[in-house]
Amino acid sequence: MINNIISPLTALLISPLLAGIINKTKAFFAGRKGVPLLQMYYDLYRFFKKGFVVSSVTSSVFYIAPVIVFAATLAASVLVPLVSSVKSLSFTGDFILLFYLLALARFFLISSSLDTGSSFEGMGASREAFFSALAEPAAFISVLTILRLQDTTVFADSLISHHGGNPVILILAAVPLFIIMLAENARIPFDDPETHLELTMIHEVMILDNSGPDLALYEYASAIKLWIFSLIIVRTVMIPFSVSPGIEVILLIFLIFLISAAAGIVESILARASLLKVPKLIFSAGVTAFLGFFISFSKVFGW
Amino acid sequence: MLILISLYAALIIFTGIITIRFRKNPLAGKYTAPAVYALASLILFYIIIKGYISFQNEVISLNWSLPFTEFKIGADYITLFFMIPLMLLTASCSLYGAQYFKGKGADSLHWFSYALLVSGMVMVLISRNVVLFLISWEIMSFSSFLLVITDYEKEQVRKAGWIYFITAHVGTAFLFTAFLLLSSTSGSFDFDIFNKISFSVGKSNLIFITALIGFGLKAGFIPFHIWLPLAHPAAPSHVSALMSGIMIKMGIYGIIRVLLFLNLFQLWWGILLITLGAVTGILGVLFAIGQKDIKKLLAYSSVENIGIILLGLGMGITGKYYNNEIVSVFGFAGAFLHIFNHAVFKAFLFLGAGSVMRQTGTGEIDRLGGLVKKIPWTAYLFLAGSAAISGLPFFNGFISELFIYISSVTGAVKSGGAVMPLVSAVTVMSLAAIGGFSSLCFSKLFGAVFQGVPRKNDISDVRDVPSLMKISMIFLVLFTVFIGMTSFAVLPFIEKPALILSGVISEHGSYFSQLKNILINVSFILASTFLLILLLLLIKSKKYKKRVINVKETWGCGYSFPTNSMQYTASSYSAGVVDKFSDLLAGRMTHNFSEEFFPQKKWSFSSDVEDWFLSRIYIWVVKKIDRILALLRWFQCGKAGVYVLYVALTVVILIIWKFVL
Repeated sequence: MINNIISPLTALLISPLLAGIINKTKAFFAGRKGVPLLQMYYDLYRFFKKGFVVSSVTSSVFYIAPVIVFAATLAASVLVPLVSSVKSLSFTGDFILLFYLLALARFFLISSSLDTGSSFEGMGASREAFFSALAEPAAFISVLTILRLQDTTVFADSLISHHGGNPVILILAAVPLFIIMLAENARIPFDDPETHLELTMIHEVMILDNSGPDLALYEYASAIKLWIFSLIIVRTVMIPFSVSPGIEVILLIFLIFLISAAAGIVESILARASLLKVPKLIFSAGVTAFLGFFISFSKVFGW
Repeated sequence: MLILISLYAALIIFTGIITIRFRKNPLAGKYTAPAVYALASLILFYIIIKGYISFQNEVISLNWSLPFTEFKIGADYITLFFMIPLMLLTASCSLYGAQYFKGKGADSLHWFSYALLVSGMVMVLISRNVVLFLISWEIMSFSSFLLVITDYEKEQVRKAGWIYFITAHVGTAFLFTAFLLLSSTSGSFDFDIFNKISFSVGKSNLIFITALIGFGLKAGFIPFHIWLPLAHPAAPSHVSALMSGIMIKMGIYGIIRVLLFLNLFQLWWGILLITLGAVTGILGVLFAIGQKDIKKLLAYSSVENIGIILLGLGMGITGKYYNNEIVSVFGFAGAFLHIFNHAVFKAFLFLGAGSVMRQTGTGEIDRLGGLVKKIPWTAYLFLAGSAAISGLPFFNGFISELFIYISSVTGAVKSGGAVMPLVSAVTVMSLAAIGGFSSLCFSKLFGAVFQGVPRKNDISDVRDVPSLMKISMIFLVLFTVFIGMTSFAVLPFIEKPALILSGVISEHGSYFSQLKNILINVSFILASTFLLILLLLLIKSKKYKKRVINVKETWGCGYSFPTNSMQYTASSYSAGVVDKFSDLLAGRMTHNFSEEFFPQKKWSFSSDVEDWFLSRIYIWVVKKIDRILALLRWFQCGKAGVYVLYVALTVVILIIWKFVL
């Protein structure tokens, strides 16, 4: 149970840092100094203190959605264990709840953006819904592969188990998860978080009409979501070994920062894909995931 | 219990007849009949819930003057389980229907057909004899046909009714075949004898496939779904709710009943059902995304949900074949719970759609918008339904999908061989895709109908619906949220039928105590999240009043003269998906842009997603058949004398066959 309290608290504390690391990496590649590492903390603080500017078109869906999005994302982070030596809430099908809580957050984000009646936000919502509908099956297959390797039906257990497993399969499970992380968190090559053209955006455009604390809640929620995906990936590829919980956490956080740096590198060296190609990209992630799942049958086929 | 159920059916029929008798009296048609139906259903609902746990199988058999058979009815847990949503929906749909028709109210024929439909379904559930079953099945099909053509003045409605009538009877033809196979093997028309006899593998396969087609035409999975998107929009909304909520489930009931007869499950049945379920679910939701009419969209979404139920049944059968009890029990449990869940949320989504159409006069999604401010009750109930049908946590749709996920994840991870894990992985992927796409579909529906500003229609004088209609919807929403939040409480209701179907004899209900632990964990997390939401809302509401700086129109990127028609429409929202899957969906666009300069009143554009199963496959097949059968048309010359001759000839042939050969 303690794990289920540590996880969200760490997520709350550290997740805004990930955006800072990504930005620093990008700045390094571009030869700039870049924004401060802790910029997102300042931003969140500033947003929380500001007032609201609301559209006259909106209804109470727009009012409650930021709260639901934030709470559901935070609840999802409860299900990803941080420390392997501490007992945590675990049950069969926990990853279903995890991904469906994220889906709940997405549903309300979409509804709130449609609530404004803005064409731009409609476009963003349509893309977000479509791409995540494609990403979900791919993510689930990766998770099934991880579960098969650790021979358990409990995702939390599989992440902290000490069995290791065939590294090829682990990588075939982790790479699709990394691609899906980029897709779900609106990073290049799927979406450009820094663009100023509303027509081409996905995530940023959906929160165009949100301001002040609402905007802060959305930004915070997407930071936590990035944290959840990074933690899952790190937990998947990290060959577990017994260390004291303190060192483990430090190691984990270091690896998560590495993942963020990797996302930053991807953003620096890749251009944003055209929106028509995005489904293909997600589809290829799904095929990779299925390949990994298929190779996990090696024992069955006697390979 | 069984006596009460039959009394209920008799009471409903009697009330229907009374309504016809007093058709001149306006009160009888408007309030009395629906009030009696609703009250009786509620009472029986309460009795069934109360007596469910301690229930023992009951059978009543009476002599009957029909040949070969006796009047045999019975109730077991499968029957009883299906009775629960039936009673629930009958109660709320009757209440809703009482106020649905504007002005004079429904005519007595409507309420008579309604009574026939409800009691027909009850009879289908309790009959334990082939002849009685088929008679009840026909009563159900025919009365629902009468209800579909309530607005028979419209040509569209007559066409829909006609296609429904044909598919229903093609289905019955297959059912005759299936039941003839069953009776010829067992030498009896009695369901209990079918249960006792073991059928050979070849016979079982044949019976399974004919029953699957026959019942599938009622359940409406792809490729047998063609009547749903036509009949549901044609029927009055509370009838669509009843038909989509529970009548199509009678097809599933039939499949389950036949599965109980054929105790030896084959592997390919499971694989077939999972394939059908995956295709039905994914294609169904993709078709739904392309629709422009609220009720057509909901009809395709029913097709999709039948797909989810089939996935559950398929997992159950596959699990049973491999003796993997967890997979089997949870797969069936998921199918059963989804039968109930879909009945509840689809019913109130149809009722909500009916309210929108009744208050605004149109069901065309792209004309509507902004209704959340005008009919807030309907809107928020509809939002709950949208979240529930997308399988999101806090609502019941999530719980039944979770059951099927648990079954298929266990199958994919914890079983040997390659077939079971692969089949299970297909189930997991299909469920995930169905979930994602239905969340797209219903965010579109809710967003376009209720949010933003009205696109075409003027809604300034639209008011919310009368109180009975509201109450009937709220009543159903309560069940959705209750099961979503405290799912462990309804487990005993699922346990009994799931164990019967999977054939697992569990002394201590060990699988269900595992499931209960999972659900308690889920409920715990959901409850804490709910508290967090409430807490944050409380904080927000305190700060909000003081800190709203400005209320302005939506940001239009600097453009300051937006008009309503500049909004994103439902069609543009779904265009990405429709384009990407154009090979599957057959989207059509027609436009008329002349050569003149840009803004022209006479320019027109329309796009549509066509159901190519009907327009390309069925029409083609029917035309071929028609050409062949045309050769026999001389046989029906229309002269009475010739027909008498046919009768005489038949009698002579029969006599010769009996006494000479």
